[in-house]
Amino acid sequence: MLRLFAALMALTFCLSPARAAEEVVAGLSQNLVSINATFVGSEILIFGAVKRDTPAPADEPLEVVVVVEGPSGPVTVRRKDKRFGIWVNTEALDLASAPSFYAVATSADLDKSISVLDDLRHLVSVSQTIKVSESPFTNVDPTSFTEALIRIRENAGTYRLVENSVNIYKDTLFDARIALPSNLIEGDYRTRIFLTRGGYVSAHYETVINVRKVGLERWIYNLAHSQPLIYGLLSLVIAIAAGWGASAVFRVIQRG
Amino acid sequence: MQIYLPIAEVSVNAFLLLGLGGIVGILSGMFGVGGGFLLTPLLFFIGIPPAVAVATGAAQIVASSFSGVLAHFKRKTVDLRMGLVLLLGGLLGAAFGVQLFNTLKALGQVDLLVKLCYVLFLGIIGALMFVESLNALLKTRGGRGVSKRHKHLWVHNLPFKMKFRTSGLYISVIPPLLVGVLVGILAAIMGVGGGFIMVPAMIYLLGMPTKVVIGTSLFQIIFVTAFTTLLHATTNYTVDMALALLLLIGGVVGAQVGARIGVKLKAEQLRSLLALMVIVVCGKLALDLLIQPAELYEIGKGGGH
Repeated sequence: MLRLFAALMALTFCLSPARAAEEVVAGLSQNLVSINATFVGSEILIFGAVKRDTPAPADEPLEVVVVVEGPSGPVTVRRKDKRFGIWVNTEALDLASAPSFYAVATSADLDKSISVLDDLRHLVSVSQTIKVSESPFTNVDPTSFTEALIRIRENAGTYRLVENSVNIYKDTLFDARIALPSNLIEGDYRTRIFLTRGGYVSAHYETVINVRKVGLERWIYNLAHSQPLIYGLLSLVIAIAAGWGASAVFRVIQRG
Repeated sequence: MQIYLPIAEVSVNAFLLLGLGGIVGILSGMFGVGGGFLLTPLLFFIGIPPAVAVATGAAQIVASSFSGVLAHFKRKTVDLRMGLVLLLGGLLGAAFGVQLFNTLKALGQVDLLVKLCYVLFLGIIGALMFVESLNALLKTRGGRGVSKRHKHLWVHNLPFKMKFRTSGLYISVIPPLLVGVLVGILAAIMGVGGGFIMVPAMIYLLGMPTKVVIGTSLFQIIFVTAFTTLLHATTNYTVDMALALLLLIGGVVGAQVGARIGVKLKAEQLRSLLALMVIVVCGKLALDLLIQPAELYEIGKGGGH
């Protein structure tokens, strides 16, 4: 049985290079997203072409999967339960890492675009990218917690799966639009493009979108982190000046 | 007009923030409460991360309290001596409260404690004030003369007596000092200025006249919240200057308007309104604890619970 499995695995890996007769060339409408004071979100156009030496295989249709992933960080998911008549946080699960933003765009339904095996191998679906901490002492079921995380973030718009949104033209050109919401955080957004045939990845391409704060936003953020005391005092000075200013203005208005 | 907040890392409507600041400012000027117990939950509601909401709320309260206290100084309704005694107690209490908060945090369930504290204190204070001010309102309407100003309470029999001329009191410094300590502890745990506890304590425990209470409470709140703001800015980096600026523009204008409305109302009316507001907030928090939430799970910052 084990030998059969090994043989099957070997076969799969042998077959893979044969499928890789195609190559993907892609570009982005912008590599840098600047967050300024009036940032309301952005839309990135991802476009590309399939380069191939041999004629396209006719039997299996070409599909494209685009994945944009924001910086990851640890999160804690807590669950409420009723204790003594009130709803309180009871169980909690620490997740070692979960992406802050995750968008998947596909040219067909997700299950038709990529097989379960390749989804697992290339970590495409958001559920594949969330890492549960290795803790032998936890007795909670992690599945319900990771599902809750995905549900909450999908409702908030930071995790999205948009099926049938990648356009493919004549089996060669493709484009996709990924909307970035206004509550983006800074960092490198890893962008991956997968070409699949019959659900198996035949080629992929990877690039990065830089999301950076600029101008006043940059200055405030840097000051708050590098000179916290000065920043705190400055905040108080502004607060007191504004309080005094308003009082003075009102005094003038009342006299006039 | 949407604006991206550099520390909170979210984009929100600027006019919404101005409006929120304005409402809280009006309450602050009218009642002498910092408004933190209203502002912080409202900021959560519009999607500001809790840590940023608490820290930035403190900065906004400094501004509106300062604006309010200037209006009160002009009318000579600030008891500076009483304010300093309360402040001394408040700083001691805050230092102790921060220690207590960290200990409880290590034990977990600090959120629940904060909420229960809110419900308990808001409920008791709101109910007591409402009944008392309603009685007072009925009395004045019946025209049965003014109630006695100088009730001889047990707190007046303690040593270290001090003259508080603006309040018209000659009492021991121990009760105001203890009130300050208590408010400081609660302020640190609950993340608010503590005005809504201090104002009733000054009226009912110390027997100060309502008009003086508001200015004096604002005076004390400025220093406590300024201290809190600095603490948050240096340890958690969660003070958002852009958010604070928008809130305080609304807040300082509101505080001036509020202080002027406050002068026009009778003391009993003022107290019953404050009591009603406290009861409403308490009821909302209590319901949150009692009714099953739509989403049982919540996401927190990683690294500890």
